[in-house]
Amino acid sequence: MSGAGELSPYLVLILVGFLPNEIWRWLGLILGRGLNETSEIVLWSRAVATAILAGVIAKLILFPLGELAAIPLAVRVGAAGAGFVAFLAIRRSLLAGVLVGEAVLLLGGYLSAH
Amino acid sequence: MPAALTFHSTTAAFFAGMRTAWTSVFVIMLAGTYVGIGALAHDAGLSALWLTVSTVVVWAGPAQVILVSALGSGTTLVETALAVALSAMRLLPMVVALLPLLRRPGRGTRDLLLPTHFTSISMWVESLRLLPSLPREFRPAFCNGLSCGFMTTAITFGLVGYVLAAGLPTLLAGTLLFLTPLAILISTARNAEAMLDRLALGLGLVIGPVLVYFRIGLDIMWTGLIAGTVAYAIHRLRGARA
Repeated sequence: MSGAGELSPYLVLILVGFLPNEIWRWLGLILGRGLNETSEIVLWSRAVATAILAGVIAKLILFPLGELAAIPLAVRVGAAGAGFVAFLAIRRSLLAGVLVGEAVLLLGGYLSAH
Repeated sequence: MPAALTFHSTTAAFFAGMRTAWTSVFVIMLAGTYVGIGALAHDAGLSALWLTVSTVVVWAGPAQVILVSALGSGTTLVETALAVALSAMRLLPMVVALLPLLRRPGRGTRDLLLPTHFTSISMWVESLRLLPSLPREFRPAFCNGLSCGFMTTAITFGLVGYVLAAGLPTLLAGTLLFLTPLAILISTARNAEAMLDRLALGLGLVIGPVLVYFRIGLDIMWTGLIAGTVAYAIHRLRGARA
């Protein structure tokens, strides 16, 4: 079995990066043909896609990879909660939510390490 | 609707889309993500051109992280392709939910080819929020402009990360990684005005971690199918009673 490092990086990009990723977009295009936005399948797809995003969010916060794992779980969850509350409280501003969440994470991460 | 979102030509719609992208909070999320991917690509010994081409043709953060890490380590091709495919399943329901908003009467699927390729979390969330209030004839151009705005942001910050590369302090790197879940959480919550979306988001946040905790394979896909279907069923039952 050849390793991903042995072929031309551009060939690898197409074969194992582009194709296995793009196939889902093409399937969506084919399966969704002729549906309109009030169709039940479209509503269900929207719910599934939203739930997938929720799953991604939860996984990245609760079971992170890389350097984020070095910050304690309580700080990560607290920062996400603080960001969400700030978003609701400050005129439903996304920017406010992201800035407050990041600030809490940075502060909590700093304090827990010192 | 903001005044910037009224226009009279497809060109104007395209540029309005670009402006919308560049003033969106997703710029911060993409910057953080792609600085990380750029640094990874540098450390894996890939060229800056390869990094840029991969952003254009793959256009999916998680898949690019997997791909770059695999090229840097020596993971087998089959293993890498499978991991990429698993990470990308979300794109299918996203495309199905998005395309009806972009379809124009009397036009074939040609309008839809670019938006299909451009479909990503940032573009999807912003399109679902903004497209319904736009005239149908300008929606594909606006959506493509939005996507080009996000993609140029990702390319730019990928190159910034590639050049900086030198190891960021751990806490700062963790803060960059936190941008992705935080921005998706808040933007999805902002979009969730309908009960269906709120249920799907809330249920997914609860069911996802449970499946990961019990080490269920394909946890993200099952989270989507279970939480999405339950949310849809509750939505249908409530609708039937009303």
